[in-house]
Amino acid sequence: MNISVTNDNGVCHIGITGEMNIYFASQMKEKLVSAMADSKEIEINLAHISEIDSSGLQLLALAKREAAESGKPLHFVSHSQAVLDMLDLCNLAGVFGDPVVISSAHA
Amino acid sequence: MNLDDALRTFIAESRELLQEMEDALLRIEQSPGNEEVINAIFRAAHTIKGSAGLFGLDHIVAFTHVAESVLDRVRNGELQVDGRLVAVLLSSCDHIKELIENLAAGGEVSQEAKARGESIVAGLNSYLGGGAATSSKAALPVETSAPCTTQGGGEVETDLWHISLRFGRDVLRNGMDPLSFIRYLGTLGDIKHIVTLLDGIPRAAEMDPEACYLGFEIGFKSNASKAEIEGVFEFVREDCQIRILPPHSRVSEYMQLIADLPEKDMRIGEILVKCGTLTQSELDAALQAQQVSDEAKPHRPIGEVLVEAGVVQKPVMEAALDKQKQVKEQKAAEANLIRVDADKLDTLINLVGELIIAGAGTSMIAQRSGISELLEATATMSRLVEEVRDSALNLRMVQIGATFNRFQRVVRDVSKELGKDIELVISGAETELDKTVVEKIGDPLTHLVRNSMDHGIEPADVRLARGKPAKGTLTLNAYHDSGSIVIEVSDDGGGLNKERILKKAIERGLINEDHNLSEREIYSLIFEAGFSTAETVSNLSGRGVGMDVVKRNITALRGTVTLDSEEGKGTTVRIRLPLTLAIIDGFLVGVGSAVYVVPLDMVVECIERAAWENAGGDGRYLNLRGEVLPYMRLREHFEIEGEPTRRENVVVVRYGEHKAGLVVDRLMGEFQTVIKPLGKVFSKVNGIGGFTILGSGEVALILDVPGLLGQVAAHCGSMAIEQTV
Repeated sequence: MNISVTNDNGVCHIGITGEMNIYFASQMKEKLVSAMADSKEIEINLAHISEIDSSGLQLLALAKREAAESGKPLHFVSHSQAVLDMLDLCNLAGVFGDPVVISSAHA
Repeated sequence: MNLDDALRTFIAESRELLQEMEDALLRIEQSPGNEEVINAIFRAAHTIKGSAGLFGLDHIVAFTHVAESVLDRVRNGELQVDGRLVAVLLSSCDHIKELIENLAAGGEVSQEAKARGESIVAGLNSYLGGGAATSSKAALPVETSAPCTTQGGGEVETDLWHISLRFGRDVLRNGMDPLSFIRYLGTLGDIKHIVTLLDGIPRAAEMDPEACYLGFEIGFKSNASKAEIEGVFEFVREDCQIRILPPHSRVSEYMQLIADLPEKDMRIGEILVKCGTLTQSELDAALQAQQVSDEAKPHRPIGEVLVEAGVVQKPVMEAALDKQKQVKEQKAAEANLIRVDADKLDTLINLVGELIIAGAGTSMIAQRSGISELLEATATMSRLVEEVRDSALNLRMVQIGATFNRFQRVVRDVSKELGKDIELVISGAETELDKTVVEKIGDPLTHLVRNSMDHGIEPADVRLARGKPAKGTLTLNAYHDSGSIVIEVSDDGGGLNKERILKKAIERGLINEDHNLSEREIYSLIFEAGFSTAETVSNLSGRGVGMDVVKRNITALRGTVTLDSEEGKGTTVRIRLPLTLAIIDGFLVGVGSAVYVVPLDMVVECIERAAWENAGGDGRYLNLRGEVLPYMRLREHFEIEGEPTRRENVVVVRYGEHKAGLVVDRLMGEFQTVIKPLGKVFSKVNGIGGFTILGSGEVALILDVPGLLGQVAAHCGSMAIEQTV
């Protein structure tokens, strides 16, 4: 699993690649929290998440809440199929509030 | 469905479970921390309770429930296993046994049995923290509908199940994922509404990324039973808060749910409405009613619920994996066993016996005809028939281990009674023998065990004075040997006192003073009826009615029993029994026009008599490659007419440590045969143990080798062999 962090004019772009599950949860949390601390706006790209479990979900929720509390805007973009499925199962598409782009591949 | 059959199965299974329970309880005394054993005990009680419930046997359910509650506390680590607890549990086990036997006999539970039960329940209750037997803390509390009082109206409208889940902190660490449970639930029905609760996630600083903070409220449409839905969460139910409310539950139950859940009441209420579980109006009514009752009595602290869920730490993963394994193993084990009526088995074996005889007949005709194809075909058939025979006989074989294990209890109880410390060591438990033999060997073994414990093993102080360890050892051993099964009961006690035995025997006039007996013969005297050198008679033994009964029982099984002893060191009683009672492999021999069958297991070798023409000896012994071999001529023994053939043969047979040669005319090869018992008329005939029918229709007598060996020995004046009929 890979987390790429790029800073572009105070906007932090975080890209998560691979499996977002319990095995990488600790690592992920550290990176997320530190990346968010240093920026004013955050965008998390979910396109390359191949797998996501409850720990992953919790981290996304944590990120969103922390950002909201410190008044920083946070967006989730390009939800991968795995993420979409999970949001669907948990009925959380609304909670994560971002425009979920349904690609044509998703029937 | 025939209830009687089912009930009989229940009784049989309960007996087995109780035996397992007892065995496990005895084991737990030796290794108190062993979780596997504790689980086995719990499972046994739990299964009996469940099955008894199916049959509406309330008194058994009620009693077993208390025992199960105590066992649950042990399982949770809340109770330590000590001698007293084991004793109480053993008496519970006995009481349940009594109730089951009562049921089997079809009688009413007697007053004293009831009284006994009550006193045991009192004992069990003391472990439950007093008061009425509280139900165990297993999760999934199903709200039994309390009498509906003021709390809100009747049932709710919805036809959905409402499932409320609060997953425990360690769920993820234990290798499970709440999402997969949700997915699995979806396979049992339709998740109409789901609300995922993320409130549990703490601040970033405190949040443990590997802990689980999720909760779910689900409105679920399904035709599954409550048990099936509960089953979905089987592996997490011990750590998580799970509430399942069936469709059309009472509003009061929802109120209880709202109260119990950690989140704010309003919020829960809203969620329930969102889930479609409650309609807005139902919610309003419920909350209003609650407010009223709140003012009347203190609100139940929700914190309590959290504490209950969070604090009880158990090695969940091991328990879950263990359980998974156990469930699998149990299912596998159950699937692999079938209950068969013993009579059906006997019919099968009889038929196989007839098949063998018919097959032999066919083989003979084939041989005479000389057609090679036919010979081949019949050879194949014979081989197959032999395999069928072996399989059929195997069906009746059971391991002796089960019988041996029962003695753990006997040894434990008797040692306590006698105030001696005695350990039981078992070996050869996997040795198999015929089911009927196993059943009949129990009593003689019990007597021998008791004897060893009472008379054999000395009291601790005497042992220490003799330089032995204070703990006495009683050994039960079993093994196969040349067509027989040997069972040994040994102790490391004081051994048999030859002088005392001789003295007593002379006293009782069993032998003359100047009678010269070998060691073995002296020891064998104790098998005489009424014989006892015990100075004190206890209620266990010493009266002198035991050993001869033992001998008689063993002989009835066509077995023999011997004694070996060394004064100061110990005694070993050796029981030798035939492996099979029905069908044997035999070796045909001919003498004159008569045909005899020698059990093949006991045949060592065959030699031409001519080889000994010049071997010397005094007509009673043969020189078998340097070994002294006593022999007998069957012709003489059975008084067969006619002249012996010029080329006689000797069949060397062995039983135990005794060997002899049987001189016969012809050797006729191997032959599998069914033993048919001789009628009463022939019971006194020495040397014959049954007969069989050859393929030709002729009758062949089966030699009783032990008996013949005994006679050979008597003739030759050697050491007395095991006493046989």
